[in-house]
Amino acid sequence: MPSFARGSIAAALFAVCIVLGCAPSSFAIPAFARKYGLPCSACHEAWPKLNVFGQTFKDNGYQLMNDRDSPIWQNPSYWPVAFRNTPNWHRESVNRVAVDVPAGLAEQKIITHGFDLSGMDVLSGGTLYNNISFLLVPSMENTGEFGLESAWVRFDNLLKSPWVNFKFGKFELDNVISEKRIMNLSNLGGAYQIYHFIPAGDSNAFGQLGDNQLGMEWMGHSKNDRSRLSAALLSSNDGSVNLPNANSYAGFFTASQAFDTGKLGVDRFGAYAMFGQAPTFTLNQLGNPFLAVGNKNFSREGAFGLFYLKKLDFSLFFQHGSDNPYLGLSLASNQPLPAGAQSPTWNGGFVETHYTVNPQLIFIQRDEFIRMSKQALPTLPSSLGDVDAYTFSFRWYPIMFSRAGFAIEPEYSLMRQQGMAPVTGTSLSSSSAFIGFDFDF
Amino acid sequence: MRKRSITWSLLLSAAVVFAFSAACWAQVTQYDEEQRMNMESHIGKLTGHATAGEPLYRRFCIGCHGPIGDGEGENAQWIDPKPRNFTLGIFKCRSTPTGTLPTDEDLYDTIGRGLVNSNMPRWFPLSDQDRADLIAYVKHFSPRFAKEKPGSVLQIPPEPPVTEERVKAGQEVFRHTECWKCHGVTGRANGPSADTLTDDFNRPIKPFNFHDGTRFKCGETDRDLYRIFMTGLDSTPMPSFADNLKPEEAWDLVMYLRSLQPMNTPEKAIAKKLGLKPINPNAAAQPQTK
Repeated sequence: MPSFARGSIAAALFAVCIVLGCAPSSFAIPAFARKYGLPCSACHEAWPKLNVFGQTFKDNGYQLMNDRDSPIWQNPSYWPVAFRNTPNWHRESVNRVAVDVPAGLAEQKIITHGFDLSGMDVLSGGTLYNNISFLLVPSMENTGEFGLESAWVRFDNLLKSPWVNFKFGKFELDNVISEKRIMNLSNLGGAYQIYHFIPAGDSNAFGQLGDNQLGMEWMGHSKNDRSRLSAALLSSNDGSVNLPNANSYAGFFTASQAFDTGKLGVDRFGAYAMFGQAPTFTLNQLGNPFLAVGNKNFSREGAFGLFYLKKLDFSLFFQHGSDNPYLGLSLASNQPLPAGAQSPTWNGGFVETHYTVNPQLIFIQRDEFIRMSKQALPTLPSSLGDVDAYTFSFRWYPIMFSRAGFAIEPEYSLMRQQGMAPVTGTSLSSSSAFIGFDFDF
Repeated sequence: MRKRSITWSLLLSAAVVFAFSAACWAQVTQYDEEQRMNMESHIGKLTGHATAGEPLYRRFCIGCHGPIGDGEGENAQWIDPKPRNFTLGIFKCRSTPTGTLPTDEDLYDTIGRGLVNSNMPRWFPLSDQDRADLIAYVKHFSPRFAKEKPGSVLQIPPEPPVTEERVKAGQEVFRHTECWKCHGVTGRANGPSADTLTDDFNRPIKPFNFHDGTRFKCGETDRDLYRIFMTGLDSTPMPSFADNLKPEEAWDLVMYLRSLQPMNTPEKAIAKKLGLKPINPNAAAQPQTK
């Protein structure tokens, strides 16, 4: 090896050692930590994943219940706002993409890669007063499109009971395994597939557990948060404003119980159900849709668990889903169903494993699967739309001061969807490689 | 030339002695640290271990209490009251006499309960084992826990029934023990000494306002209140009255103090019925008449 190369490697190693050696042992936090003076690791296994204390804090309406929750205790210069963004490099690969050729359409493997940006979340949350909490998240896509990801007010501990809390506005469904706190950020790995799954040919975009929804929620929990219950009434708009589907509603219900398992940790398991109606067609005026009608039923139900074995933990999630045949076939409900049409049903879930070395280093892997058990038409291939996905990553928080957080996250994700190739109808395979610099302050 | 070599020899010898001493001191410190990391806590059937508590401490507590437990964490500068310095082994909330170490149960309860009017939250969502492990690690910071035993636990007699006489008698206890000097004649933390109080570290400290909230620094039950003034809050101006009050007088005082709080209690109803007026500090200086 040439001496200059050896020198360069030595210099690089030295630089890495300096960076590692100088990295202070640290603790995160944006807005809530600034308010309470707690390290981010108090509420997060490794941010953004909550630990049992953070879940209790959230369920108390972003309150520690230590008499200093009202903003009147804060220095007037305190501003309950944090920002989050992730500059990154990523590589996306899809084995079959439809491309134009002289003979028409053909499939081709497409790989894209380069430096990129995530969108930006402005996270503003806390309390307006004792037992009145709020969250407002103006969110900007990386294209510049702006929207309100969350906007709600919550009345906490009504009747002086932790069992009586009401939330109004646009909010994340009460998923203990929160997709908003997912540890992965790549195009494929940055979402739980089952939280957004729709069978091939289905038009029902309104039963997605992962999307924030508009509505109201009652939530109750025991003082130590071991028992949790919630019920929400939602507009079936998938969070869209101005009542695009004015007269359709959905309900989301969940219950869970945690157990103190001594040295292993606090384990939790629970169940959930989402039942609702969604429109199948629109009434038009001068060619423009103005009211979605023809509601038909859908349902999602399942179970979940969080199991801790000291530093190792598993998040398990299972779902059984079903849509009305009209939704499954994207057919207006004032049209006759084809012969043999039936409700598409499926089962799916994931197992996500974390190994938390310490609050500054966590390894993550996730297996996901979705299997169609019944297609909307019996003539369709039984495996059409089946999904398999795998994600592996780790997050390292080299500098995480008490008022900001920074994580480096390399990640690799794979996904295969059966029968979804656009031209040949064979399986579609995709992969994401990603390294992001995730920071909030 | 010879003088210079002697000087150099002396300097070299001093350096060797210094280095040797430093090495020995470091070894002793290391040895002490290892010994202290064997610290345990015992809460009921639970046994906590300092080694298991260390990562928990680093996760939850270090931001305020600091890496060496001296209360100088990175957030300490923004916090009032300041975080506890564990290295001194002095704790406010105890069931043991003033000046003695608390029991493991005392520390365990404090972590679970949090400390009202401070930044210390309730950590009871943590598992019982985690809290026990944390106690062991907190104890390891102070050499006192390796050398001393906790004091004997205060015996609290059963609470007597609430009566008009007891509430009135409690007010008299409040007067003659001069609680009003700090807490004020109406218990609103505005006594003549209130603005001059400092803790053992010469930091300003406010007395408790009985009209503000339902929780006390070390609990919220009648027994907790009894315990607070019979054991005192070490490192604060709040003394122990164990030598000054008989148990029945202490219960009388509890009942009077309950009549001041912003909640509907039998004591408050009695005080209202009696038309109990705030004590007169000037009268307090007068000799009692029979």
